[in-house]
Parts: sequence; C-alpha cells; structure tokens
Amino acid sequence: MKIRKPGRSQKIDLDMTSMIDIVFQLLIFFIMTFKIVLPEGDFNVRMPTPSNQTETPPDQIPALTLHMTADADGLLASLKLGERPFTDDANGSAFDKLRGHIIGLVNDEGGPGTASEQEVELDCDYDLQYQHVIEAITAISGYIKNGQRYKLIERIRFSPAKEK
Amino acid sequence: MRVKKNRKEMAEGDMTPMIDMVFQLIAFFMVLINFTDVEQDDRVQLPLSELAKPPEVAYEEPITLQMTGDSEVVFSGELISMDELKLALKREAQIIRAAGDDTQLSDVTVIIRADKGARTGKVQEMIEASQEAEFETFALRGQQTEVKMRTTE
Repeated sequence: MKIRKPGRSQKIDLDMTSMIDIVFQLLIFFIMTFKIVLPEGDFNVRMPTPSNQTETPPDQIPALTLHMTADADGLLASLKLGERPFTDDANGSAFDKLRGHIIGLVNDEGGPGTASEQEVELDCDYDLQYQHVIEAITAISGYIKNGQRYKLIERIRFSPAKEK
Repeated sequence: MRVKKNRKEMAEGDMTPMIDMVFQLIAFFMVLINFTDVEQDDRVQLPLSELAKPPEVAYEEPITLQMTGDSEVVFSGELISMDELKLALKREAQIIRAAGDDTQLSDVTVIIRADKGARTGKVQEMIEASQEAEFETFALRGQQTEVKMRTTE
C-alpha cells in the first residue's frame, strides 16, 4: 500500500490576473453576441407559376375558395368558404367554425386526420392584414388535439391579388 | 504638500467563487449561442400560429423575403422596392441556374417572413415576384404559440 507523504504543503501562488482578464473578455463577447431566437415555424406551400399550370384534370375535385374581405382598417370583415359564411359568435370564432367545417369535409372522404387531396384557394382583399391569412391557413391545414397534430387540407394557393 | 504614504499592502481576496461563477456564465452563453444566421429582423413581427412547425431539416437553398408592417420589402437586410426585388430575385435565379449542379429552381425554398400587419396584397405581390423568377416552393413563416384553441369535436 502506498503511503501518502504527509506535510508537503507548499502553497503555490498563481497569478490569476491574466486568466481573469481573458475570461472576462470571453464573457463580454458571449453576452454581446447573445441573441434570443424566438421559435418560428413554417407553412409549406407549393405554388407553381399560374401560367404554366396545366388544365385541371377532370377527375380532380375543384378547389374550394375561401373568400376573406377586409374592413377599412384591414381587419377581417367576412369569411366565406364558397357560399357558406362563418361569423364570430358566442360559440367560437369564425376560424374555429371554419376548422370544424373542414374537419367535417375531410372526415367524409377518409378517416380522421387524413390529409385531403382537396385544394383551397385563398381569395383575400388587398388590404387584409396578413395575420388573418395565417389564421385561415392554420384553420385549414390542421389542428392539434391532445398534443397530437392532425392534418386537414395542405394544398393551398392564392388567387391573384387585385389592387382596388 | 501632502506626502503619499507608501503603504503597500497586498490585499488578497479569494477569487475562487468569482471565477467559478464567471465560468458558469461563460458556459451558459456558449451553449446558448447560435451562429446560424437566422434572418430575424426587428422590423418584422410575425403572425402567431399554433400550427407553425419548425422545419425538420434545414432548407437546402433558402431565400428569405421579409415584409415590414408598412408593407415594405426587406431583402438581405435592406429595404428595397418591389421592382428592385423582382430584379434581385431574377438575378438570384440566374446565379442558381448558372451554378449548374443539381440544385433546381424548384428546390429553392422562398421563406416569406411578413409582419402580421402587412397588407395581404403586398405579400401576394412578393410571392408573384418570386413566381416570375420561377421559384415555386414557399414557406410562410409564423411565430409558434401555445395551443389555445378549442378543438371542435
């Protein structure tokens, strides 16, 4: 067994100054370059140029059109899917109801949670605030229930913009 | 005249706890630092959405177009007009085409970061400008929020 040699405690004085200098420099560097990055996510949309788009094949379901009009402030004035209007009331917002309707539509075709082949065309007023477009896309493209993500309709395109 | 007292006395504090803390801080900031150049602009406040999901794999060829709340286009950090954007995108497309290799214009993802108050028509013009330059894959970017909606049964 090795026996430790006792009593050899020589205090070594290290000069910490230079190390602390460097360490503080590093600290300042990292603090300065620190940037809080907020979590961001995407909606992926494929939109080929309308001009070279081929004619809709006859077997394809015609696209649903979601009409969104804006009031003078750019806020949402009305929301219509085809001819069916959705409005805010005590039972929920217009977008919640739109989502409910879409869930109904998609469930008729396949099981719950299946992404539909259906396409939705967004026809928005020029002055509508972009926030409402994202809300509409959120309502159309899916929902989260019990932490699980279900897809609804993911094929989305815009009608050509028309300046008033 | 005052005479300075020559009192040289080295005060020796214990540096150890301070150095510990400083190293902790450095480690914290080092871990959190993020060198990937995320194009985030203070002028753009993204719309909120609970379904916006971060891309699982990074886009191969992203091009970021941003739009401020006043519907002005920001491209590579600079405010430009819609016509300039069209030119810039065409140039971008030419560069990708000239590079030859297997990247195709349809593989390029155009990330649209538009402010929530931006006019939709302007955002659409931005998309049309990219379509003119033959880009066709888009990612509409939103800021993630907690799930707040009532799910309809």
